[in-house]
Amino acid sequence: MLPGQIGFISLVFSLFISLILFFFIFQDYKSESQAPSLKVYSLSFLQLLTIIISFFCLVLSFVISDFSLAAVYQNSHTTKPLLYKISGTWGNHEGSLLLWLLVLSIFSFCFLVQSKYTPKKYRLLTVLFQNIITIGFLLFVIKTSNPFLNLFPVPNEGLGLNPILQDPALAIHPPILYLGYVGSSIIFSSALSAMIHKFVNPSWADSIKIWILTPWIFLTLGIMLGSIWAYYELGWGGFWFWDPVENVSLMPWFSLTALVHSIIILKKRDTFHTWVLILAIITFTFSMNGTFLVRSGILNSVHTFANDPERGFYILTFLFLLILLSLIIFFIYQPKDNFVKSFFLFSRETAISVNNWFMMFFLSAVLIGTIYPLILEITKDIKISVGAPFFNIIIIPFLVPFLFFMIFGPKLKWIKTNENLMSKKLIFNFFLSLVFSSIIYFFWGKATLLNSIIFLLGLFLLLTLLFEFLETITKKNKVNIPRIISHFGFGLLIVSISLNTIFSVEMDINLKIGESYKFKKYELKFNSISGKVEKNFNSLLGSFSLTDPKGDISYLKPEIRIYNQPSITTSEANIKTNFFYDRFITMNNIQNSDFFNIRFQQKPMMIWIWVSALLISLGGILSVFRQKD
Amino acid sequence: MKNKLFILILIGLFFSINNSYSKEDHLDELKKISKNIRCLICQGQSIDDSNSDFAINIKYVILKKLNKGSSEDEIYDFLKSKYGDWIVYKPEFKLYNLLLWLIPYFIFFIGGILIYQKIFKKNEKIQ
Amino acid sequence: MFLDKKINFKRLIIFISTFILLLLLATIFFKSLKTENVYIPDQLTGKEIPNFSSKSLLDNQYLESEKIFINKKYYLINIWASWCGPCRDEHPYLIKLSQNDKLKIVGINFKDKKKNALSFLNKQGNPYKQIFFDYDGSLSINLGAYGIPETLLINNKKIVLLKFIGPLNSQKYQKIIDAINNEK
Repeated sequence: MLPGQIGFISLVFSLFISLILFFFIFQDYKSESQAPSLKVYSLSFLQLLTIIISFFCLVLSFVISDFSLAAVYQNSHTTKPLLYKISGTWGNHEGSLLLWLLVLSIFSFCFLVQSKYTPKKYRLLTVLFQNIITIGFLLFVIKTSNPFLNLFPVPNEGLGLNPILQDPALAIHPPILYLGYVGSSIIFSSALSAMIHKFVNPSWADSIKIWILTPWIFLTLGIMLGSIWAYYELGWGGFWFWDPVENVSLMPWFSLTALVHSIIILKKRDTFHTWVLILAIITFTFSMNGTFLVRSGILNSVHTFANDPERGFYILTFLFLLILLSLIIFFIYQPKDNFVKSFFLFSRETAISVNNWFMMFFLSAVLIGTIYPLILEITKDIKISVGAPFFNIIIIPFLVPFLFFMIFGPKLKWIKTNENLMSKKLIFNFFLSLVFSSIIYFFWGKATLLNSIIFLLGLFLLLTLLFEFLETITKKNKVNIPRIISHFGFGLLIVSISLNTIFSVEMDINLKIGESYKFKKYELKFNSISGKVEKNFNSLLGSFSLTDPKGDISYLKPEIRIYNQPSITTSEANIKTNFFYDRFITMNNIQNSDFFNIRFQQKPMMIWIWVSALLISLGGILSVFRQKD
Repeated sequence: MKNKLFILILIGLFFSINNSYSKEDHLDELKKISKNIRCLICQGQSIDDSNSDFAINIKYVILKKLNKGSSEDEIYDFLKSKYGDWIVYKPEFKLYNLLLWLIPYFIFFIGGILIYQKIFKKNEKIQ
Repeated sequence: MFLDKKINFKRLIIFISTFILLLLLATIFFKSLKTENVYIPDQLTGKEIPNFSSKSLLDNQYLESEKIFINKKYYLINIWASWCGPCRDEHPYLIKLSQNDKLKIVGINFKDKKKNALSFLNKQGNPYKQIFFDYDGSLSINLGAYGIPETLLINNKKIVLLKFIGPLNSQKYQKIIDAINNEK
């Protein structure tokens, strides 16, 4: 139908425009003007416009349920609510690539417009590199992943989307995540361009900062949304599983966080040129790597995306060529420091270097854990699993020194710190944290020493930041508010996860209707089951009452849903949230018996985990607005 | 004297609370082991997380073995002999996994050297 | 461009080693794209099955696997249950196979109710020489099963020749026939 045809034509048009753009960039490059020509601006805009039109046509096709398009037929259904029809656009491989292209072109054009105060040739070359990436993806989509492929005869009804994927958090998770992944392309292109034009200096650092912060903010939010979806939808009570696809989003986050910090050094001390460039290339590599690994089918994961080796092959080749290009450029144009600056031990530069040091460690742990099974399988034909135990053992102990540096590092001054950092307030904070964590450690048997120490340091970090914040108000000290907020968010995350780990109560039992179960002064009673017929599923709603040690009763209603299109049975958790904990219950019926398997969990601080992720990104958002001043 | 008494009480409490966990029903151990076993018919779930028949079955077998007195390692060995190394989430300390466990620490070490050079090597001019 | 030969050499080394690392990783990824990723845990093929024992489904005998797998024949071990749909689908193949001289079929009834299992056999026919009653599933785990139906073909030395996960169909049936006709 018409939107589909327009969409496809627009996409092909975009490819032609991109090729023409190449030519005009070269032309403009040689010219003497101080700013990119109008032709470059308008072609860039046209490139963006055609992709927007194409994307919009696909969304429209989903909304009107145009089943002449294979993508709509396979992934949509007339009875789906509007929100999920729209989000279904990017809930499949082809559509998500179109979304990728959309974000790529938006960023490219925005960069062109925003980079006004930087040298023309640098801007043009950055846009050129972006254009290469765009063309690569356009070819990929048109040739192997065309969302506008037609079906004939046109079916009456679609195959419907998996009900697990019909969730608000999951609906916006891809766009937000892509803003993070794809945003790192600008850093990549800009880094290469800056290298070639010998523009790697504090001025460049200042101009690129916003292009580092923006993807970082979105990547943080994107990861958070994925966790929220997993927690609320999958019904296992966990929010992070070290699943390969989760790991693949975490890796660029580590290098991007390192970049956020080290770009400050480049700006303030005019050093770390090579390192920043390396980080820029690494970040983009991991973002692209993410796309590849998720779609190629070589990883075992909860995410089921199109498992098509051909597509994986294409992306891998493209990625390989891009990295090779960046390596060659790096080799030829690597900036040379004529003067190797060294840092003083007690300086902020050292503290930031330490941050990068740990970020790279965490990154390498996640990287090796994720791809090692692959390497082993190919080279030795041995199949192993690398799961949570590995990552926890390697990463968690290192949080101890990391938190320690986070507490003291920001107090150090640039170049050299002469004053004594120890203050009465600091010692007071430390002892307060020590008291709390000792109470937890000594009076709650499930707290390990490591957990308690991490909790101690997390709390210490929070208190220190709180005092720093109060000092801004009372003493009018100039302090970096975004940093305080982001670091506070991180501290809150550590504290919340520690408390969550230590104080979680879990119970896994089989009950019949009418039975009850007592544990630790709580009592869970299975009252009844009621059945209901909804629009596209049959529902079995369990009614449970939980009596807590005080005698208060709360009611929990887990649900089993039996869908007909596609025929899937899901277990919907009932989650009751308050400020202190979440109560989480799921119900599954046991094959061939009257028993139901009931899992009840009481998970403290869940809501604070989400809040802390929001705080971390809030710091970034505030920093972006400060840039604009 | 009062201080010593107080400390003794604290220590006593500490040990008593830590030992108050009943080890008889093995449920804590079951949970610990289950978190480390992959559910083979699920995508990316441990058998602790999963409610599939396979998971329930394996958990039952593990509990039976625990009650008979098998150790954690014996249970892992048993499951690996039936289903392959893949079923256990924690990679073993075998020779072929050496790189896996060592590379992150190696990277950390390299990073440490680089930082050391940055701090402790005096400013140099390179011609 | 190359001011100092020393620096240039160092850079070249770094470039080449990074390139080689990149190439290695790319090769691994390319190769992994080609290999099939459906991993079926198969620890037992080519190995001897463990001994197992349980009550019989059919009578009150206590069955021991060592005493059953003694003849110079092939044995097909089939794990099934009355409540399992695909088991019903594959049953005709089992009936057919039970008529083959070279093969004896031994069943393992998995987490079933005796009444239902016997009723199933009455209606669908009984291809089994013996049936182990695995009421709690532990016997099947001992054989490395992870779903039903599952079928193992063993020779008279109790070595597993073939393992089928899921119901039998005509291809799997043919594979069994080929194996018992060809293997020495």
